[in-house]
Amino acid sequence: MKYLLLLPFIGLLWVPFFNREMPPLFGMPFFYWYQFLWIPITSFLTWLVYRRYHQGEEE
Amino acid sequence: MMPGHIDWTALSVFVFFFLLVTVMGFWASRWQSSGRDPKHLDEWGLGGRKFGTWITWFLVGGDFYTAYTVVAVPALVYAVGAYGFFALPYTIIVYPIVFLVMPKLWHEAHRQGHVTAGDVVWGRYRSRALELAVAITGVVAVMPYIALQLVGMQVVIQGLGLSGEIPLAAAFVILALYTYSAGLRAPALIAFVKDLMIYIVVLVAVILVPAKLGGYHHVLESARQAYDAKGGATGLILKPAQFLPYATLALGSAMAAFMYPHTLTGIFAAKSANTIRKNAIYLPAYTILLGLIAMLGYMAYAANVHVKSATDVVPALFSSLFPSWFTGFAFSAIAIGALVPAAVMSIGAANLFTRNFWKAYVKPDVTPAGEAKVAKIVSLVVKVGALVCILFLPTQFALDLQLLGGVWIVQTFPALVFGLFGFGKWFRAPALLTGWVVGIASGTWWAFADDVKPVHALHLGGATYAVYTGLLALALNIVVAIVVQLFSGKRGERVTG
Repeated sequence: MKYLLLLPFIGLLWVPFFNREMPPLFGMPFFYWYQFLWIPITSFLTWLVYRRYHQGEEE
Repeated sequence: MMPGHIDWTALSVFVFFFLLVTVMGFWASRWQSSGRDPKHLDEWGLGGRKFGTWITWFLVGGDFYTAYTVVAVPALVYAVGAYGFFALPYTIIVYPIVFLVMPKLWHEAHRQGHVTAGDVVWGRYRSRALELAVAITGVVAVMPYIALQLVGMQVVIQGLGLSGEIPLAAAFVILALYTYSAGLRAPALIAFVKDLMIYIVVLVAVILVPAKLGGYHHVLESARQAYDAKGGATGLILKPAQFLPYATLALGSAMAAFMYPHTLTGIFAAKSANTIRKNAIYLPAYTILLGLIAMLGYMAYAANVHVKSATDVVPALFSSLFPSWFTGFAFSAIAIGALVPAAVMSIGAANLFTRNFWKAYVKPDVTPAGEAKVAKIVSLVVKVGALVCILFLPTQFALDLQLLGGVWIVQTFPALVFGLFGFGKWFRAPALLTGWVVGIASGTWWAFADDVKPVHALHLGGATYAVYTGLLALALNIVVAIVVQLFSGKRGERVTG
């Protein structure tokens, strides 16, 4: 489960995969909205790991 | 707005907000004070170690995404296009690292009363040499960072039409005084105002500006034409030669980010490990903001803003598109945005000096209250030093040093982080110290050989790989540490906490 946290590294550091303009979204090339999209995805993955292992810990 | 022409409306708004946070800064010493010894260094230097999720979110957000970022990231995008966006992957992948590393580090610090990175290393390895190496790296890396916050302030003060150094000096003296009296509580409280103001400014900018300029499509097309006209070395997407620099800058910066004294201070001030974990989930909200701020660099082309120095892009864009009062609001957001990190940075540096130099070498029997006294004075000295640097040395000097600071601070990653995880516990102080020496030396050497550029071209078997210098030096650092550890066996002592 913790390995989910590797996904943002793969998704964002493998540059040739997302270095393209097509398809654009709201006038923004793929390069930009793809990276923006990783912000909520990363938060979500981190939340999953948090919920699985740490939720019960003292605040 | 012409330089030298004072915009009174904008200036009044600016002064109003500046006074507001000054009052808050002085009042902060009473905020959240606990029943414990108010003279203890934990109170001044870590705000009592009991900031919850919200306060930590504002504090770390205000401290990590600095005013200089708001000015420098669009300036970089304006100058080099897509390549300047490496800040976006950098400030995303930093959070899984924070989530995995920082709660462990917090536990160790909390259990043993550590205040600084140097304390952690001393507690773990009982090596004064490694402790000093880590502490000096922290202080040296953070000093130019403080100076750059001043650059951020200077840019907006000039944007308001004020000339001369007196406004900047006055703003900084006020900052120094309330940091002296309230410690970490001052920037924590001011961060609420700062972050809300920055959010408002950026949301207005990213909605209003493209609307005025004909939408994002038009904004990006104007930028494309400008880069094509410049010869096409940069553009709206990366050139193949930029792939590796882009990825390694993002990764190396992410590993360096929370090794700095100011970010680590924010972590140690948290009240629990889960406070940090939750922040690793919520802090990326600021990254959305940062990505939008970066877009301002493209908007400058559509708005036909022409500047001599790229750092003037944001102020020039704001004053050409916003009404005066909102320009004043936006500029005060940036200036206040400089105060928060500058305060935390000087506190972080002061804590390092006090704990890892004063207590270690000058006065080992110093009381916690005595430590707080020393730290408060050092925080003043640090800020005056940064001010003098900016007033009397070329700005380029601070920029170069800040870049080198990134290369240096990431060399402390093995000493701070490896000991937290299974395999990393194998390393002892002599190996880590040798790795640090080699990392610092090689990183500095490469950086100077490359004319203080962050990327070093590596020639391997006929091919050339351009890699972030800090990450390259870190790789060498780790290899050397492994080799030394292999040869020294288990002789080094390790004290587990």
